[in-house]
Order: sequence, then structure tokens, then C-alpha cells
Amino acid sequence: MSDAYVIAGIIGLTVVTVVTRGFFLLPQRKLSLPPRALQALRYAPLAALVAVIAPEILIRDAAFVATWQDARLFAVLAASAYFWWRRGILGTIVGGTAVLLALELGLGW
Amino acid sequence: MIPVRDPEFRRGFIEMMAPSLGMAAWALVTGVAMVKSGLSLPLATLMTMLVYAGSAQLAALPLLVAGAPLAVIWAAAFCVNLRFVIYSAHWHNYLGHLPRWQRMMLGYLAVDLNYVFFARRFPDLRPAPEQLPYLWGGIAWNWMSWQGASLLGIFIADRVPTEWDLGFAGVLALLGVTYSLLSDTRTWIAAGVAAGAAVAAFSLPLELNIVVAIAAGVGAGLLLERFLPSRAAERAP
Repeated sequence: MSDAYVIAGIIGLTVVTVVTRGFFLLPQRKLSLPPRALQALRYAPLAALVAVIAPEILIRDAAFVATWQDARLFAVLAASAYFWWRRGILGTIVGGTAVLLALELGLGW
Repeated sequence: MIPVRDPEFRRGFIEMMAPSLGMAAWALVTGVAMVKSGLSLPLATLMTMLVYAGSAQLAALPLLVAGAPLAVIWAAAFCVNLRFVIYSAHWHNYLGHLPRWQRMMLGYLAVDLNYVFFARRFPDLRPAPEQLPYLWGGIAWNWMSWQGASLLGIFIADRVPTEWDLGFAGVLALLGVTYSLLSDTRTWIAAGVAAGAAVAAFSLPLELNIVVAIAAGVGAGLLLERFLPSRAAERAP
């Protein structure tokens, strides 16, 4: 992860912020999207988030996670349980992280 | 230029205080995750100051660590940010008459909470004089609380031992956002398809599994929109 690579990444991400937040605001005339594109807009953020987190959760060292003694899996279970119980994102983060740290620092997983 | 003395500015500023607490916690996690992913303090600070988009930053981190091609990282961040594209069409009704640089500035600075509060306060889709100071007030508070909490997270993370896997808190944060997007059977299936594709295609070079998974998830969603009628979809969990 060289500095130049990260800086280029950050500059591009800044452009992404400006472009997405100004997408229909920057053109002078009011534009709108065809209905099909609006449907796709509903699924793209979900698909992108899942695409990033699924391998982070399920893959260790380039292979499918092979042991149940994996602190991250239990952290995800705890976070998921909290979310579907209370629907709060803050508790989801705190609960999952607490389980993660307890298993890693307490049990040495 | 920013109307700080306007009573509407104060109103927008104060109204944002309570709801931004949750956002500040999110910023703290983002700050911690940036440093724990291996970004140096200056680069983490640069990222929060310029990018100013928590979900996109968190999604970009594992990809940066893996050395993914920048185009893949930007494409993933673009998809994560697509909700702003929808907001921007709405913003045009209120801000479309302003000079372009001002539209760009306001668009860049207006985050989810600004949109939600503004749309609730001004349901009529037309410009009014009290709108700009109100919006600037909310923007000012959100920017300061977000950046303050993010810098605090960066500072804390630098002092926490590396064995603490705190970077994973960023993944848990994204997990919560993902769950909040699962509203019916169709979104659940599309998410399942995207997850399966991301893992199954993991061995592809250049982190292309991300692109494959996004395409598979959106494709599945569009097929479901066509073939799974919405009433049947809504009856399910």
C-alpha cells in the first residue's frame, strides 16, 4: 500500500463523493432517470456493500473460513442478533466489537 | 458567504445536534478503521477531510489493503454512494437556481441527515429564502461533529495495540447498513446472490470479484422486479 497509491485512491474517492452528491444537482436543467435505472439504483448499493463485506467475513488467508473458532464469525453473529432485535446500528457495532475483543483478547483466538 | 448570523442558520445547527450523535459514533468507527487498516495518520486525516463519506470510506478500506485496482475501488464506492444520486434529483428543486459552484459545494457537503431534515422541513418542492441559512446551519454542525469524531477515532486507534482487531468494527458498521437495506424478499435474494458471487469469485485477480458480485446482485434484483410480483414479496419477512 504505497502512499502514492492511497493518495490517488483518496482523490478519486473525493471525486466520487462530489459526482454522486451533485449528480442531478450540477446540470443546469432538471433531468430524470428512466424507471429501469431507478430499479437498479435500489439494488446497486446493497450489492456493493455485500460484495465488500462477505469476503471479509467468510474468507481467511484466501480460503473459505475452516474453523468455528473464529472470533470474527462470532462477532458477526452477535452483531446480527443485536440488529434484528433492536434495529440499531450503533449497538450492532458495539456488540459485535465487544464479542470480537472478548474472544481475541480473552480466549486468544 | 455562510449566513451564520441568520436565525435559520442557528435553527438548522441546533436541530442537527441530537441526531448527529449516532453519526459521530459512526465517524469514530471510521477513524479507527482507517488507521487499523494500515493508513498512516496523515493519510487517514486526508481521507476523512476530503472524502467525507463514511460508508464509501469503510468499503474502500479492505480493497485498498488488498491492493485492488483504483477503478474497482472507485466503482464500489460509487455504488455505495448511489443513494446520493437520488437525493441530488430532489435537491435540484430547491437549489437548482444557485450558481454552479455553490450547488457543487452544497451538494458535496450535504449528507443523509441534511437531506432528511431539509425534506421534512420544506415539503414544497420550490426555493424559499429561509432554506439556504437553514441548510448551512445543519451542514456546519454535521461537518464539525463528523470531522471531530473521525479525528478522535484516528487519534485513539493510533494508541490502541495492533492485536486489537478494531478495524473489523468498520465491517460490522457496514453489516448494519446492509441489514437496514433488506426490506423484502427481493432484496434478501439479491443480497444472497451478491454474497455468493463475491465469495465464489474470490480467486479472480484484481479484486474483480467485487465487480462480478455487484453485477450479479443488481442483475438478480432486476430479474426479481420483473418476475416476483411485489405483493408476494412484501408478505414475506
